Amino acid sequence: MENNPLFKPGHTACAGCGQSLGARLVIEAAGSNTVVVNNTGCLEVFSTKYPETAWNVPWIHSLFENAAAVASGVEAALIYLGKKDTTNVIAQAGDGGTADIGLQALSGMLERGHDILYVCYDNEAYMNTGVQRSGLTPFHTNTTTSPTGSKSQGNIRPKKPMPEIANAHGIPYVATASVGFPQDLQRKVKKAISIKGPKYIQIHVPCPLGWRHETNLTYQIAKLAVETGLYPLIEYENGQLTAVRKVTQPKPVEEYLKPQGRFKHILANPEEIRKIQEIADNNIKKYNLKAET
Amino acid sequence: MKEFLEGSRAVAEIVRLCKPGVISAYPITPQTHIVEELAQMVADGELNSQFVNVESEHSAASVVLGAVATGVRAFTATSSQGLLYMAEVLFNISGMRLPLVMTCANRAISAPINIWNDQQDSVSLRDSGWIQLYAENNQEVIDFHLLGYRLSEDKSIMLPVMVCMDGFILTHGMEAVDMPQQDQVDKFLPPYKPLYKLDTAEPLTMGPLADPDCYLEARFAIQETFKDVLKKIPEICAEFKSQFGRDYKDGLVEEYYIKDAEKVIVAMGSVCGTIKEAVDAQRAKGKKVGLLKIISYRPFPYSRVYDMLKDVPKVAVLDKAVSLGAYAPLAVEIKAAFFGKKKTPKIISSFVAGLGGRDITLESIRDIFAKLNQKEVNLEFIDLKPELLKEAYGE
Repeated sequence: MENNPLFKPGHTACAGCGQSLGARLVIEAAGSNTVVVNNTGCLEVFSTKYPETAWNVPWIHSLFENAAAVASGVEAALIYLGKKDTTNVIAQAGDGGTADIGLQALSGMLERGHDILYVCYDNEAYMNTGVQRSGLTPFHTNTTTSPTGSKSQGNIRPKKPMPEIANAHGIPYVATASVGFPQDLQRKVKKAISIKGPKYIQIHVPCPLGWRHETNLTYQIAKLAVETGLYPLIEYENGQLTAVRKVTQPKPVEEYLKPQGRFKHILANPEEIRKIQEIADNNIKKYNLKAET
Repeated sequence: MKEFLEGSRAVAEIVRLCKPGVISAYPITPQTHIVEELAQMVADGELNSQFVNVESEHSAASVVLGAVATGVRAFTATSSQGLLYMAEVLFNISGMRLPLVMTCANRAISAPINIWNDQQDSVSLRDSGWIQLYAENNQEVIDFHLLGYRLSEDKSIMLPVMVCMDGFILTHGMEAVDMPQQDQVDKFLPPYKPLYKLDTAEPLTMGPLADPDCYLEARFAIQETFKDVLKKIPEICAEFKSQFGRDYKDGLVEEYYIKDAEKVIVAMGSVCGTIKEAVDAQRAKGKKVGLLKIISYRPFPYSRVYDMLKDVPKVAVLDKAVSLGAYAPLAVEIKAAFFGKKKTPKIISSFVAGLGGRDITLESIRDIFAKLNQKEVNLEFIDLKPELLKEAYGE
């Protein structure tokens, strides 16, 4: 891997980019027998500026919303060529390309049962265009289209439950992962690849630019999202919740919010922080995240 | 072999003979029969193909994009709103230089919603980088699909082809057609061998980010290739003639009694059949009239049009589409063919007819020839109903 990485260094991602870290972890776990279909977004822009490319696997970008559909065509062609059994197909997109504009194509791909792993790099806003809110932007986030003001505390809705939406298709494997837990992430990618049929993995990838945190904090912030219960790491198999990453002693959400400029407006407001704590507490309860002591 | 077939069935038969490995489509009238037939062929084991039932035309186009990028011949078909919904992907298919053939069952665009024929859908996508061929009858529909794959996959071209056939008039019309045999097709259209493909043995990046340093050149390359298409179509048609017997001449335009003509109508698609009948009737009375049928709308064969019409005194262009707020689309091209030229028809009148399935009758055509005796008109709508206009404007 060191001599011939599948996702090469030298791309133009920002310092501390969680998505570039996530993409490298995913492709190295999947291996070289993989075709990657990428939607429009940060990852495509910073990894493929012609005539350079960071990809050492066959890789294609078409549009913002159709990675799942293009991947369906790739998979159909591989079946026709008799190469599907030896080739993985990964469709990957950001949160906007997945939960918003690409949801229809994704649902079609999941429903049709293609043997494809769909990876959503969830950095919780449209980062490529300047930090606008998406369907996966968390409650109370300050973005350029959900700005704070005298009448606003930022984004007014919680994250769209994408893992549940994917899971509702009755597909064999759905998981969430985080770049804060790289081994867990790679285990899930390998597991997903080993299962035939449609798979969905949503990976939490901090964005220093959009979240306004120090570039050296990407890993810690990703970990804190899991340790507070705000980003539960879960696995569904054939519709059933089969595994969760236990959180021994859930940390208060404040620890996660504090280093991030996107939540700065509520840090002095305990009432608003309490609402976010409630989201974390609900997750802990819903997925039974708390470890027995 | 002569067969009596519905147009849609004819498309499905020739597509089967072209052996696409992946087919994807979403139902829309009047395209549906085409993909229903293909689905049945796959279900019956007559066609070894992956048939992907998608949730939208946007995904149908995306699926065939992915399939061709992986090195497999593919097919899709659509119409009207479906074609517009594909539009974004269609630009990508041509921009990525992926060879493909798609049938467009021409149909009006809403609103108001209308399922009947005109050519507004495909004409609206004239700038998408697709080669567009318009068929007059179902024999041409068959042959243009075969020619289309051959042209599209030519290593010097690598651009997608849209075969346009008038919805219902051709798709649902029964005609006697000569269907090629499999061995003939195999000889004319060898298995698809891609120039480049998604292959783990030789990784490459397709569809990268092109900044201002290189985007312009990518578009220029397509523009230049379209010049080559104008030369390649006649070449392929010559080969087609030697193998199948049918002669499409240069394959760009068809002339019908033009040489000594004093009046010529220019048109595309099935209406050309009606015009030929009108021409025959007038010729029988000694009137020197003719037809210039445009087969290749993109690339547009300007110099062929110039050669054909430069000595004709009076020309009428019949459009089955409009460019709202501007002159009619085909008329603009015909006029452009004479831009800056010394020789030019005295009159180039432009007529719009047949929108939303309004029948273009022999009387309509006679009417157009008659109007060429008057002074030049631009953008005259034929067969308008004054009583409906009154209603619309409250006069």
